[in-house]
Amino acid sequence: MPRRQNDTTAADPPLVPFWHDPAKRGMLLQIVVLLLALGVGYVLVANTQANLQRQSIATGFGFIQHEAGFEIGEPAIPYSAADSYGRALLVGALNTLRVSFTGIIFTLIFGSVVGVARLSRNWLISHLAKVFIEVMQNIPLLLQLFFWYALFYEAFPSPREALNPLRGVFVSNRGLIFGVPIEHPAHGWMLIALLAGIVLWRLLVWWGRGLQERTGTIVPVHRLGIALCLLLSLLVWLAAGAPTAMNMPVFKGFNFQGGMSVSPEFSALLIGLVLYTSAFVAEIVRAGIQSVAHGQVEAAMAIGLRPGQVLHLVIFPQATRVIVPPLTSQMLNLTKNSSLAIAIGYSDFVSVANTTINQTGQAIEGVALIMVVYLFFSLSTSAFMNWYNKKTALVER
Amino acid sequence: MKITRLIALVAAISLLIGGLAVAGKDFDAVKKKGYLQAGVNGGVFGFGMPDAKGVWKGLDVDTARAIAAAIFGDADKVKFTPLTAQQRFTALQSGEIDVLTRNATRTLSRETQLGLNFVTVNYYDGQGFMVAKKLGVKSAKELDGATICVLPGTTTEQNVADYFRNNKIKWKPVVIESTTELAKTFFAGRCDVLTSDASQLAGARSVAPKPEDYVILPEIISKEPLAPVVRHGDDQFRDIVDFTVLAMINAEELGITSKNVDAMLKSKDPVVQRFLGVTAGNGAALGLDEKWAYNIVKQVGNYGEVFERNVGPNTTLGIERGLNALWTAGGLMYSPPFK
Repeated sequence: MPRRQNDTTAADPPLVPFWHDPAKRGMLLQIVVLLLALGVGYVLVANTQANLQRQSIATGFGFIQHEAGFEIGEPAIPYSAADSYGRALLVGALNTLRVSFTGIIFTLIFGSVVGVARLSRNWLISHLAKVFIEVMQNIPLLLQLFFWYALFYEAFPSPREALNPLRGVFVSNRGLIFGVPIEHPAHGWMLIALLAGIVLWRLLVWWGRGLQERTGTIVPVHRLGIALCLLLSLLVWLAAGAPTAMNMPVFKGFNFQGGMSVSPEFSALLIGLVLYTSAFVAEIVRAGIQSVAHGQVEAAMAIGLRPGQVLHLVIFPQATRVIVPPLTSQMLNLTKNSSLAIAIGYSDFVSVANTTINQTGQAIEGVALIMVVYLFFSLSTSAFMNWYNKKTALVER
Repeated sequence: MKITRLIALVAAISLLIGGLAVAGKDFDAVKKKGYLQAGVNGGVFGFGMPDAKGVWKGLDVDTARAIAAAIFGDADKVKFTPLTAQQRFTALQSGEIDVLTRNATRTLSRETQLGLNFVTVNYYDGQGFMVAKKLGVKSAKELDGATICVLPGTTTEQNVADYFRNNKIKWKPVVIESTTELAKTFFAGRCDVLTSDASQLAGARSVAPKPEDYVILPEIISKEPLAPVVRHGDDQFRDIVDFTVLAMINAEELGITSKNVDAMLKSKDPVVQRFLGVTAGNGAALGLDEKWAYNIVKQVGNYGEVFERNVGPNTTLGIERGLNALWTAGGLMYSPPFK
C-alpha cells in the first residue's frame, strides 16, 4: 500500500489522500466485501466437506448414474425402476413443469375472468367474485389441497362402479379416464392443415385492416379465420378416409386399460393451485383495470365503441402494463407452491429428489439440485415476463 | 496489510467453526444435555405413536426409553421427534436427534453411504400386501394392473419395484409422505393395495374404519431387520445403544422381568449378578452406572414384556412372536454374554 501512495505522489500530487476519494474508496470497499463473501463461502464449503468426510457420508454427483430402483406414478417420458436417478429426477422436473405450466395458463384465464367479474355492475356476480377471492386468499393452500384430494377419493366411486357421463369417458377415484384416437398418419396432415389455416387467418386479419382503413367496412376476420382452420382440418381428415378408430378405456382386472387418464393427484394439485392463485390474479387484474382513467372509457364510448371493444381496444392495452409485473410474481408463486405436491402424492421434482436423498443419503447434493431446478424455472419465467412487459409497455410518442 | 489481516481473520473463523463442528462426542453431548433426543415414527400404532393422552407408546419408543434408562437411570429423560421416512436419516446425520428408533431397515448402502451405524435388530419384519377383501385377491401374483399405496423413501418402495419387475407385473404407485395420510387414502379406495412391513400393515388395519374388510396377503417379499441407528464417530455411544437392546433380550433369556427384578438382585447366579450390576464391571466398561441394566428392566421391561405390551397377541395388533421369539423358542433374538 505505501508503494501505491508513492506512485501517485510521483505522477501528480493529489489534493486529497486516496481514502477520501469516493471512487477509490468505493472500489476498495467492494474488494473487501468480495473477499469477505469468498472467505465465508470457502469456510462453509471446507467445513461441510470436512464434516461429511468425518461422518463418512458419500459425496459427489456419481449417484446420478446409479439405478434408482423406485417407480414413479405418472411419468411424462418412459420410465421404470431400472432407470437411473438422473432420469428419475428428469421425470420429476417434467412433472413439476407440467403442473406449473398448465396451472399458469388456467390461472391467467380464470383469474382474469374473476377480476373482470369483480367489477361487474351486476351485484350478484361482483359479490360472488368477492366472496371467492376472500375465501381462496385466506385459507392456507395446503389445506385446500387436502380438501380437493380428499374430495376426489371420497366422493368418486371405485373404478368398478365408475361414472360414465359420456361414451368413452369414465370418472372414478382413480381419476378421469377417456378414450383417445388411435394414432393415424392423417393426424400429422391435419396439424399441417391447421397451421396453414392459422397463416391464412393472419393474412385475413392484415387484409381486413387494410379494407377497414380504405373503405370503413368491417369484415368479421376472426370468425372467418377460425372457420377456415376448422374447415381445412376437416377436409384433410375426410380426404384421409375419415379414420375414427379410438383407443377406448376398458375395465380389466383392477383398473381401466387403454385411453388417457388424469390422476386425482394431478387434478387436485392443479385445481388447488389454480383456484388459490386465481384469487390473487383477480385482484391484480381488478387493480389494473381500475388504474385506467375513467375518462378513457367515456371517450371510447363517445366515439361509438361497443363495451366489448372498449375493454379490448382501450382498457386492456393500458391495464396490461400495470398488471404484468405483479403477475410475474404470482406465476413464480404458483411454480414454487407446486412443491406442496408431496403432501398429496403427486410425484413432482421435490418428491422425487427427497426419495433420492433418502436412498443415497446425499442431502446436500439433492437440495442443491432442488435449488438449481427451481431457480432455473423461476428465472426462465421472469425472463419471459420481462420481455413481455417491455413489449407491452406504453410507447411514449 | 489489510488483506493479510483479513486472511488471518478468515482462517481464525474457519478454525473456530471447524473446531465447533468436531468438538464433543455424541455421548458427552447427550449427558451434558441431560436428556436423549430420539427420532421415532409418530404414525405407526404399536411402534411409535402418541396415545389419546399424548403419551408416546410403542416398541421403538420403549427402546428409546430403555436407552435413557441406561444412560440417566430415568426412562423419562427422553424427548421424541416424529419423523417421516424421508426425513429420518437426514435428521440423524445433521445431529437433530441423537438416536433413530423408527423401524429403519438395515441395508448395506445405508450403513456405508449414509455414514450411519445400525445396532442389534429390535424387530425382524418382512414386507407384505394388504387388500380389500371384496377384491377377492388371494396372492400378490394376481395384482397385475393394481394401484399400490407406498411410503416414499423406504426400502418398501424399492422392494415392491423389484418384486413386480421380477414377476413382470405392471402396477402404479401412489406415494404420500405421511403414514397416516397414506393409510387414509388407501382405506378411501384410492389404491387397491397398501404395501409396507407386515407389522405396519397390522397397525394400519387396527385403526381402519372397518378392519374386518381387509386381508393381508400371504406373501412376505422381503427381509426387514429393523434396528436403532446412530451416527458414525462415537463408538462408545454406539455400544451403549447396542447393549441396551441386547440387555432387554438378555433379561428375557435370564427370566428377569420388571416384576421380579428386585427379587433377582438377591440371586446367587453369577450371570444374573453380573448382569444386574450386583457384581460390578459391565457398567464401568460401557461408561455407565453399574445399575444400567437393572434400570432398563425395572423401568421399561425385558424384550418379551415390551413386545407383549405393544404388539403382542393380546394387543389390537395381535402379532405372534415368530422370528422375534428368543432363539430358544425358535426365533432370532439372541444375546451375547454380558461379561
